[in-house]
Amino acid sequence: MSTSAVAAPSVSRALDAWAIQQRACRTATLGYGALFIAALLAAAWVSEVRPATVAAGIPRIGEYFWLILPTLRWEVLFAGPKVEGSLAFWMYRLDAWSWLMFETSQMAALATLMGAATAFVLCFPASRNLMPLAPVTFAIVRRCLELFRTVPDIVYALILVWAFGVGPLAGVLAIGLHATGALGKLFAEVVENADFRPVDGVRAAGGSWLHVVRFAIVPQVLPNFLSYALLRFEINLRGASVIGFVGAGGIGQELYTVISFNYYEEVSAIVLLIIIAVTAIDLVSERIRFGIIGRSRR
Amino acid sequence: MRPGLAAIDASAVAVARARAPGAFGASPGRRALRACFWFAFLAWLGALLWWFDFSPARLWNGIGGVLTILRLMVPPSPGEHLDDILKGLGESVAMAFLGTVMAAAMAIPLGFLGARNVATNALFRFSLRRLFDGFRGADQLIWALAYVRAVGLGPLAGVLAIFTADIAVLAKLYAEAIENAEQRQTEGVEAAGAPRVLVMRFGLLPQVLPVMLAQALYFFESNTRSAAILGIVGAGGIGLQIAERIRIRAWDEVSFILVLVLVTVAAIDWVSARIRHRLIGRTVPL
Repeated sequence: MSTSAVAAPSVSRALDAWAIQQRACRTATLGYGALFIAALLAAAWVSEVRPATVAAGIPRIGEYFWLILPTLRWEVLFAGPKVEGSLAFWMYRLDAWSWLMFETSQMAALATLMGAATAFVLCFPASRNLMPLAPVTFAIVRRCLELFRTVPDIVYALILVWAFGVGPLAGVLAIGLHATGALGKLFAEVVENADFRPVDGVRAAGGSWLHVVRFAIVPQVLPNFLSYALLRFEINLRGASVIGFVGAGGIGQELYTVISFNYYEEVSAIVLLIIIAVTAIDLVSERIRFGIIGRSRR
Repeated sequence: MRPGLAAIDASAVAVARARAPGAFGASPGRRALRACFWFAFLAWLGALLWWFDFSPARLWNGIGGVLTILRLMVPPSPGEHLDDILKGLGESVAMAFLGTVMAAAMAIPLGFLGARNVATNALFRFSLRRLFDGFRGADQLIWALAYVRAVGLGPLAGVLAIFTADIAVLAKLYAEAIENAEQRQTEGVEAAGAPRVLVMRFGLLPQVLPVMLAQALYFFESNTRSAAILGIVGAGGIGLQIAERIRIRAWDEVSFILVLVLVTVAAIDWVSARIRHRLIGRTVPL
């Protein structure tokens, strides 16, 4: 009797509180939903995406991508490059494109190497745990790395093409600069997560800061560094494939030309080559990365 | 003489060397192999530097040019067309937002189709996954350039480029999130007699939606960066302004725009991190 007398008001109070909470939740959902829709509409308005333009654009997209696709005919698929509808006719400049793709991959490799080497030098002063006594150096190096990685590589390429002239040199430097920033941050994070007992050991034996880095840190972090650099190689390959759009070398220049001059089927041929190259590098580097990381764990 | 030291003489060393050759440094074969590797590496490096024309004179001139440009970049100045710059910046953010929302909405059903615990046909799933991978290989700028040819100059091409380039990547991430979802909840809904659609709605979706939203927000952040450069190929946004200013060598305006972009990107990162924490809390693993 006494319990129910106590329970009834408390239950109704709980129900009231629940209803209020429910209402607040619904209002919040509605409010944020309205905000989201408003943001979406504002974005559509600012970026000039109107129903009319979209309706006019969609058929043209279909038409364009239909034109890009090669017209292959099954009967003559493996015929010579003179026969229309054969693979050889579609890929009629395969030798030149393959060479350009090779150049692009080498640009990416060199840029990755440069980026990784510079990041390797910069990541130790950019690690908080290695620089407890020099916060100014730490902050400066960190800000530099941030600056390197927030500006996209193609913007660097636009600027460096002015300074170094048209060609792969500007592209390699641009990608390398961006990769330095990106890898430097990742490397520094690896160093900050490194086991610190070896550092104490080297310090106790009287080692200098350089000794600490060389004998206590580098052996621990090198596998992770390699793995990140390989990951970056794949990203850089994709970057290198478009950096030619601004005249910085590689297959991008050729791609820009064929797209601009509407050489339809060549567009799909080159894009297919790029996709094959990127996928191949991706698969190989994944295999190697698992190998490296696995060995370091064992 | 102490007895401990007397025990180590030449014969003991020889015995130890025979027992554990690795402890006394690399074997001659390994050393030769390592030398060969370094030689090949240096030859490759030299060949590349020669191929790409890394001559000291060219580097020296280029660095001089870069220093001149850097000197001209300070102080940054908005120039005479601040309204154009702000409009371009707004356009970039809007493109990134619209493209990401569209891609995320499209990627949810694709992600379900690509997940092992939803799509049971292995061949279909495998080919869909490979298709996702293939789409990822083509850079956003390639899509942007193609869409500019298809629908003309302007932000619509940029939105479509972001949308196309991101669908596949998001779909792959979503498929992985769905595969990592807890099975017991779906089994519970199944045991209550729900059809497959309801199992997905009440067993899977509540688990994966926060992860999906967080991924979409990450993509929004990275897309604001890339939307800033799509304009270089004419796909709308601030990139057009950057490319134009570089073409006429208005370096102080270039640096102004770059700083503005960096500030905007940082602001969006901050806002999106706040939203992410509000939506999913800090503890949801990605």
